[in-house]
Parts: sequence; structure tokens; C-alpha cells
Amino acid sequence: MQTMSIQRKKIHPHKYSLWIAMGSITMMFIGFTSAYVVKRSQANWLAFELPHIFWLSTAVILLSSLTIHLALKQFKERNMQRYKQLITLTAILGVVFAACQWIGFTQLRSEGLPLSGPVSASFIYVIVGVHMLHVLGGVVALLVMFFRAYRTRIRTYSAVPIEVAATYWHFVDILWIYLLVFLSIAR
Amino acid sequence: MSNEATLHSQQEVMHGAAAHGHHDHGHHHESFISKYVFSLDHKMIAKQFLITGIVWAIIGAFFSVLFRLQLGYPDATFPWLESILGHWAKGGRITPEAYYALVTMHGTILVFFVLTAGLSGTFSNLLIPLQVGARDMASPFMNCLSYWFFFLASLVMMASLFVQTGPASGGWTMYPPLSALGDASIGSKMGVDLWLTSMALFVVSQLLGGLNYISTILNMRAKGMSMTKMPLTIWSFFFTAVLGVLSFPVLLSGFILLLMDRHAGTSFYLSDIFIAGKALANEGGSAILYQHLFWFLGHPEVYIIILPAMGMVSEVLAVSSRKPIFGYLAMVGSLFAICILAFLVWAHHMFVTGLNPFLGAFFVLLTLLIAVPSAIKVFNWLTTIWKGNIHFTPASLFSIGFVSTFISGGLTGIWLGNSSIDIHLHDTYFVIAHFHIVMGVSAFFGMFAGIYHWFPKMYGRFMNNTLGYIHFWITLVGAYCIFWPMHYEGMAGMPRRYFDYSTWTSFNQFSGLNQFISFVVIIVFAVQLLFVFNFFYSIFKGRKMTTQNPWKATTLEWTTPIHGIHGNWPGEIPEVHRWAYDYSKDGRDFIPQTEPLGPNESGH
Repeated sequence: MQTMSIQRKKIHPHKYSLWIAMGSITMMFIGFTSAYVVKRSQANWLAFELPHIFWLSTAVILLSSLTIHLALKQFKERNMQRYKQLITLTAILGVVFAACQWIGFTQLRSEGLPLSGPVSASFIYVIVGVHMLHVLGGVVALLVMFFRAYRTRIRTYSAVPIEVAATYWHFVDILWIYLLVFLSIAR
Repeated sequence: MSNEATLHSQQEVMHGAAAHGHHDHGHHHESFISKYVFSLDHKMIAKQFLITGIVWAIIGAFFSVLFRLQLGYPDATFPWLESILGHWAKGGRITPEAYYALVTMHGTILVFFVLTAGLSGTFSNLLIPLQVGARDMASPFMNCLSYWFFFLASLVMMASLFVQTGPASGGWTMYPPLSALGDASIGSKMGVDLWLTSMALFVVSQLLGGLNYISTILNMRAKGMSMTKMPLTIWSFFFTAVLGVLSFPVLLSGFILLLMDRHAGTSFYLSDIFIAGKALANEGGSAILYQHLFWFLGHPEVYIIILPAMGMVSEVLAVSSRKPIFGYLAMVGSLFAICILAFLVWAHHMFVTGLNPFLGAFFVLLTLLIAVPSAIKVFNWLTTIWKGNIHFTPASLFSIGFVSTFISGGLTGIWLGNSSIDIHLHDTYFVIAHFHIVMGVSAFFGMFAGIYHWFPKMYGRFMNNTLGYIHFWITLVGAYCIFWPMHYEGMAGMPRRYFDYSTWTSFNQFSGLNQFISFVVIIVFAVQLLFVFNFFYSIFKGRKMTTQNPWKATTLEWTTPIHGIHGNWPGEIPEVHRWAYDYSKDGRDFIPQTEPLGPNESGH
């Protein structure tokens, strides 16, 4: 039986699509951050410190990048038990990350900086919130992978899905580091 | 899940293709739903985009007829208007609110739903896999999703036409504060929320589609199909997708901030506003910020509209004049230059917003630079048909018409690109005339050329030529009659978007001209309905296609069977040996891309 290998290609199309999608997401955040820069140069910009819990969430997401990297390694060595544990752990860390961001929001609110407050605070909510949604999207993808790994009827041996998920996960991680550095410097 | 499903279906296609050598009853059984509704076949998705686009085009064009009635005959009453618009046209006269809703929706529908989704959605889907030699898109499932997101966006936009407070009416650019404050006008209420929801879905659709187009072109080309052997259509779809993928997300971020301003009480765009004598709490916002975010998409958007038309026109002109395209690499280079410059000129939409004149000077320079690649393209089109053996099919007529309108609309772009002339001309009918000719009419001509040319590939039948000629000539003459006079109105300072000019003595001189324009609009609209009739009639009753390659073209799509199958080629994917423009070479009319180079022949 002929398979897809007749198509001449060097890199799996799904991975390729992911890279373009990451470019697209990057453009969206460039849109947000350049709006931030424009607003910051105008009058009545209120500077304040970021909630400290954002540093904790940074540690969490860095750790989750490590766990998904290990998960990918275990998958390639076909240690399915370890693989399942590691992607579960990654997904949990993703949720913890989102929870930390949420706590950050409540801290901001308690400091008198609600979403409808000064525009510098509104930007934090929107930028961090949209990033959080992207992380949660990754969590959903990991859940799908998780149930697939438990499926007995069809078994997949292709590492492409987990590779795509891992690349995306590192991407939202790096994106967060960029946002954190950006928001800390450009206050 | 998705990728497994698609891989599976692709394998099935290929398995089927390999197993049955000859193919007359399809490769595997498909239900009505999987064949016509949630189809994964790029050719079916292309038709879905096209027909949805046609429906939208009729609605959008009909809106222009309605508001042209008001502009041309401001004192007349049309009782039938009340029967279709109800209280929006009390006594047979369109109310100002309805007028603004109609112009806003006309712009939104034509720019996004017809000329973006209907044009590049249709032809990128149809032609990319066929012309690069792929079984289907990189991810057929995402491609299917792309259409259905577009369909959802269409439903939401359609619903907004029927809400009690009417659709969004602050202009298709949705500038705040009119779009950000529900109390600002009747058209700022639920209509805007639905507009933003619909557009967010639309952006998702464009991104899913764009990702697929790019990765298909870069990864799934047939053996031998190097980038420089690709037809210009594929190059144009490629750059279109790149523009879309990089600029639509920025628009989305602008919309997210706008939604926050509407519903979460933020002040991104709002500052010191009084409504009904009451001061709002918002402070520190900047309405100009929205304009930056909007036009960072908005300008690439006009190239998203025009590039596919350019690509198809290049292809059709070469085929119909039986000559190789002149300056293939210059054509690719100029597409690339346009693609880069598209991101660097957005502020020329904002010259009079208080933009720093020093900064404006750079945007003037970059804007005028676009004239260079555009002129290269025009020169190459003209030299391609120069002394050619031109076959005047409807497709080639529309392509030549495209070149004409692109020149006459492009030249006025040089006027408007100058920030000092723009002080006088901004927001006048001159602008309307410019962009309607250069991106409205031209893009439609490119789209018509594409439809007439590739209709046989889509449906295995031809469209009626006589109706095609009538369609072309009346549309060409009509388009110039509609938009040419608007230049004079604009130079006289007549502002756009106004409901009624009759109270203005200085513009009374144009009342006859306005009547003339409105009269022509009705005729041109009727001729477009003739085209729609031709289209649907020909699907079922058109002259049947008897040969695989009716236009004697070199490209790969004409090597597939007359009645397309999922997987495109029944056997192996053909190998490509030469570029797509070997017409009238070595005493032969054309040489298909699949034919190996002869012993005494050098590749292009």
C-alpha cells in the first residue's frame, strides 16, 4: 500500500503549520505590546509593581517545560507509563500556572487596580489573560493526548502529536518569559 | 485527533487510488454529509467558499443599490422600500440610521466576506493542491474547519442584520468611540457586539486557512516542482496567506481591547467623553491607538484582496495570449516587495489624525514606493499580451479589464499617498473612487476571470460565453461610469458617508451626476445577477467539458480527470520538469509542465 510518503516533504506538515501558527500568535502579542508601548508614552500612565506571584508562576511554567521535554523523551523510548505520568504532571502544572495568574489578578484587584481601573492595569489583565488562555489551550491538547495514550483499540506510534504539543508548550513558556520581562521593564 | 483522522483519510484515498487503476465510480463511498457538507476535499471546500461568497456579494451589492437610491434621489420615495425594510424606511425613504447601517455593512461584507473569504478562500483552496501537485491540503481537517468558522461568522453577521437596533453602523472600520459606547448611537448597540463576534470567528477562519495554504505550498509540492517552477497564482496565494497570518492576529488584539472597552469598563480607546450631557468615567484612552491596530491589518488587507486577483490575471493572460509570462522573476519579486511594503504603510490612512508630519513623510515615501512593484506588474502584463495571439474569452477580457482598472485606480493612489494632497482629499468621494476602482472593481475582475477560467475545473462544464461578454462589457463601462465621476465630486470637496447633500448649495451641481451614478449602479447590479444566473445555470446545464485541458494550459490542474476525485490524480502524482509558462516554444503551442526537457532544450 502506498502511503503519504509519496508526497515530497522534509518536515511534517503539522509541525510546519504549528510554526506558522506560533508566528501568528506572536504577531497578536506584538500587537498588544506595541499598543502598550504607545499608551505608555502618553499622559497619565500609572506605573505599579507586578504581583509577586507572577514569579512563582514563571517557575511553574519553566518546570512544566522540563516535564514535557522528559515526556517526549519517554515517549520516544516507549516508556508509556512514565510518559503518561509526565504529561499528566505537565497538564497539572499548566493549570497551576493559570491559577497563579488568577491569584495575581485578585492581588491586583485588592490593591485597588481593577480591570476597569487605570489603563496600565487593564493591559496587564488583557495581556496576561490572553496568554493564560493559550496555556489552557495547551492543557486541553495534553488532555487529548492523555486519553489517546489510554486508548487500547488504536495505538499510535507516531511521535508527531507529542512533538507538536511539546513545541507549543515551550512556545507559550518563552512567550510568558518575554511578557514578564517586557511588563517588568516597561512599567 | 485531527491529524490522525486526516492522515487516515489521505491513506484511504491513496489506497483507493492505487487499487482501482481506472476510476469511474469514486474511490470510496461518501455520504451526502461527508461529500457536500463537512467535506475534507479541497475542491468541495473551494466551492463552498465560492457559493457563500456569491450569496454575500448579492446582499452587499444590493445594500449599495439601496443607499445609492438615497444618494441619487434624495427627495423621491419608494414605497416598496418600506415593505422590505419596515420602519428603517418609513414612508419609502431610508432613515439616516438605516443609511449608516447599509454603508457599514456594504463595506464589511464586500471587504471581508466576499473579497477575502470568497476570493482567496475559493481559489487558494481550489488551485493550491491542484497546481503544486498535492493530494489535498496539509491538513484537510483544518481546511474544513476554516470554512465552517467562516460559515459561523457569516451566520452571526447575518443575524446582526435582523436585531431590533440594527447592525453595526459606525463605518466598516469600527472606529471608537462610536463602536465602543453602546449609547453613542442606535447602531452601536448589539449590532457591534455581533459584528465583533463575527469578525473574531472570521479571523480564526482566515488563520486556519492561511496556515494550511502556506504549509501546503512549502511542503507538499510534487516532485520536480521547485519554487521557481510554480505558477504565479501559487506565488500570489502564498504571499496573501503570509499577509493574512501576520496581520489578522493584530486586528484580533485590537478587537479584544475594543470588546473590553465595551463591556469591562476599561479605557483603552476612550477618554473624556460626554454622552447626553453626562461625563463618562473613562479617561486616558486613545482612539488613535485603535486606528493603528486596525490599519496594521487594514492595509495588508487590501493586498490580501488584490494579490490573488493579480496571480490569477497573470495566469489567465499568459494562457489566453499563448505567450510566456513576461518577467516571471520580476513578477515574483514585485509580489514579495508589495508583501513587505504592505506592513510599512498603514499610517497613510491616518495622515489627518494629528500624526506627526515628520513621521508622515516616511509613510509617504514608503507608500509611493509601492508604485514601483505595481508598475513592474502592469508593465509585465502588458508585455505579456503584447503581440500575443489573444483568445478573447470572458476570462481574458476580465483580465485585461483588471489591468485597466488597476492602472486607473492605482494612479489616484499616488495622489492620496501624498500627505499634503490628502489634507484636501481625505474622506471625500475621491477616496471612494480610488479604492473602489483599485481594489473593489479590480479584485472583482480578477475573481470573475478566475471563475470563468476555472469553472470547467470546478464543475466539468463551461459557463455561457455570450452572457459572459455581456457581463464583461456592461460591468467595465458601468464601473467607470459609476466611479470616474466620483473623482470630480471628491476634488470639489464632497465628503463621503453623508446621508443627504441637498442642503449644501455648493454640491447641488452634482445632483444630476449623483442620479446618473445611481442609475448606472442599478444596471450594473442587474448584470451581476445575470452572471449569478449564468453561474448556477451552467453548473447543471452548461456545455459539457470533453477534453481534460480545454484552454491548452501547461499547469498541473489540467492533468487531472474532468470529474475531480478526492486525491486529485487517480494514479501517481505527475512529476514536474519545467516552468508553467512554456507557450509558443520551439514551434509548439504549449508544453505541459509534466513533459521532460528535450535533449536540445534548456530549462527556464
